Amino acid sequence: MTITKAELSQTLADTLGLNKRESKEIVEDFFGQIGEILQTGEDVKLSGFGNFELRDKSPRPGRNPRTGEDVPITARRVVTFKPGQKLRALVDQHQGV
Amino acid sequence: MTKSELIDLIARRQHQLPHKDIELAVNLIIETLSEALAQDDRIEVRGFGSFTLHHRQPRIGRNPKTGESVALNRKSVPHFKPGKELKESIDASRERVPLVG
Repeated sequence: MTITKAELSQTLADTLGLNKRESKEIVEDFFGQIGEILQTGEDVKLSGFGNFELRDKSPRPGRNPRTGEDVPITARRVVTFKPGQKLRALVDQHQGV
Repeated sequence: MTKSELIDLIARRQHQLPHKDIELAVNLIIETLSEALAQDDRIEVRGFGSFTLHHRQPRIGRNPKTGESVALNRKSVPHFKPGKELKESIDASRERVPLVG
């Protein structure tokens, strides 16, 4: 099964008694504002879930794996997600042996 | 930025709603995402990215200090793949703003 924004706003509406528009806007804002903060160069730390961390990568030589051609990889900024202890434990408890 | 600061930010945008509702909503979003991952469900948010589990096979590990072999169970770890839009806007911000951590 795949969870999307639609399922999330449905859950908010059903559980918190918010109307459809309110639930939708909060879900949009949740992801939208995380993105906005990241674009200001700041990490986002959601306790109990995980951290979205930014890294600047230096340029490095790369290669097109198909043609073997040398292609330089330019400097870039990327975001990585570091799951928190609580999320790791929850996932492991369900999925672990 | 922390979760409570994110809640304040959203609350300012949704000023018709009580702050408490935003707090409950954000916590419920996080809880729903966490539970979905625990069930090995995929989360897909257009433009933002997707969360899935990566499964690691059971393996024989080694205690680096003693050299002793240890059996390690199958393991699942949450993984986030940023969407095209988020990826591009973050990369574009590199020239504009320094990292503040």
